[in-house]
Amino acid sequence: MAASGTQGPHAPQRAGRTPRAGGPSHVRRALVPTFTILGLIAIWQAVVDFGVIQRFLLPSPTDVLSALVGDWALIWEHAQTTLVESIAGLLIGVAIGFVLAVLMDRFEGFYLAMQPLITLSQTVPTVAIAPLLLIWFGYGLAPKIILIVVTTFFPVSVSLVAGFRSTDPDVIDLLRTMHATDLQIFWYAKLPAAADQFFSGLKISATYAIVGAVISEWLGGQSGLGVYMTRVRKSFAYDKMFASIVVVSALSMVLMGLVEVLERLCMPWKRAERKHQ
Amino acid sequence: MAGRDDMTATNADAAAGAGAASVPALEARGLEASWDGTPVVADVSLALEPGEVSCLVGRSGCGKTTLFHALAGLTRPTAGQVLLHGREVTGVPGSVSYMLQKDLLLPNRTILDNVCLPLLLSGMPKRAARDKAKPLLSRFGLEECADRWPSELSGGMRQRAALLRTYLMDNDVVLLDEPFSALDAITRGEVRSWFCGMAAELGLTALVITHDVDESVMMSDRIFVMRGNPQAHVPSMICGVVEVERTCSAAEAQDAGFDLTPQFISAKAAVKELLGS
Repeated sequence: MAASGTQGPHAPQRAGRTPRAGGPSHVRRALVPTFTILGLIAIWQAVVDFGVIQRFLLPSPTDVLSALVGDWALIWEHAQTTLVESIAGLLIGVAIGFVLAVLMDRFEGFYLAMQPLITLSQTVPTVAIAPLLLIWFGYGLAPKIILIVVTTFFPVSVSLVAGFRSTDPDVIDLLRTMHATDLQIFWYAKLPAAADQFFSGLKISATYAIVGAVISEWLGGQSGLGVYMTRVRKSFAYDKMFASIVVVSALSMVLMGLVEVLERLCMPWKRAERKHQ
Repeated sequence: MAGRDDMTATNADAAAGAGAASVPALEARGLEASWDGTPVVADVSLALEPGEVSCLVGRSGCGKTTLFHALAGLTRPTAGQVLLHGREVTGVPGSVSYMLQKDLLLPNRTILDNVCLPLLLSGMPKRAARDKAKPLLSRFGLEECADRWPSELSGGMRQRAALLRTYLMDNDVVLLDEPFSALDAITRGEVRSWFCGMAAELGLTALVITHDVDESVMMSDRIFVMRGNPQAHVPSMICGVVEVERTCSAAEAQDAGFDLTPQFISAKAAVKELLGS
């Protein structure tokens, strides 16, 4: 009897704390954002349906959905162009970023020479340089891909250089005592040490790639979601404009998802590390 | 690779010369080393007898690790020589194996592949390396862990894996810099006893650097005491050598209560006196 009396005041406190113990549960983590998004869409729908905002200024979610379905064939055709440009630009950008990072890590002089130039390249506004690229390289894929390369190589090279430099010098010493060559030190120690940061950079680059493609298409071209957007804008078809925005967002997220899958495949040890920390 | 061939030649020389006179496994003659331009150790001469475990004791910051780097060939000493079985190896990394307080296991490789590292770096094909290392895992108490990631192992297990990797470097002289300091007191005693047993079984010549006087008396036949204050521009020197009179093997010392014997206490007192504490 006495025991239950002393436990009394503590019991409710403990009960209140338990559900939070290990952070939000999986269900909670999935439900909260889902309901937030659904709630916002519902408000949006209501605002348009009840005439708070005129329909021709802001189409409702159902309008957007019907535009997306109705114009799907055309949107998908344009989306393919955007996707091809983005992936080509991203691959080339990542390759260039990788080579630059390796050279910058290997040669101190190259690092000192390139570091300000690389940073400078990111301060140039894309909207200003895109029309010039169109004049120089025509209205085809080339200027778009070049623009994407310029925007995507940067996050990759910066994150890789930082990653290479984060290698534990004691590990390098250890490998040296095992007679490792520079190439072996790179392969066994530096590359894995940089993997984490590389994938963070790659995720940023992947989103830049789609947005970069849309911007360059917007400024001139024959096909692509950016071209589609300029056309529907001129015909005041805002429902189609929103439909293409949905597709751009979806493409960006799919690309980021692919990077995440790639990260998991390349770094199987991370899962164990998370579990044991 | 050239270093490896040299090694075997050296071992053969040593074996041939062993009959005539005892050549120390590792010898330092008048070694002088500096760190960042400041002289840290001066005129260090010491000799490790083949198959013996010796300790180097000194206070924190007295330059133990600088001396260690010079002995391991990672930095070139400013003066003096390092001889391995009578042959000069000054400034040549990889002539002796080494192991640190940090296990330096590569997080992206399984225990088996980490252990195989020295074999892989010397050009052995992956399969052959694994075949060679696998039977040794059980000898080191790691048979269950072959395919685990390092993050899944306890600190003691990780140090065992690090020692097996050190062993596969195929040098008969091993330098250990505070190898057990990162472990908790109980695990430290266990890993130390296990290490001493292993070293005796494999016939290793080992120099263990430590700031723990008790540990040095527990595990070694001979203790080199280093003293000095490099921060105040007084380079450290070996100020004395204490021979430990053993009543049992180092591997059994813990269980046999060697730390309660008069031999232990007199050796400890001698070391402490030399350290000036």
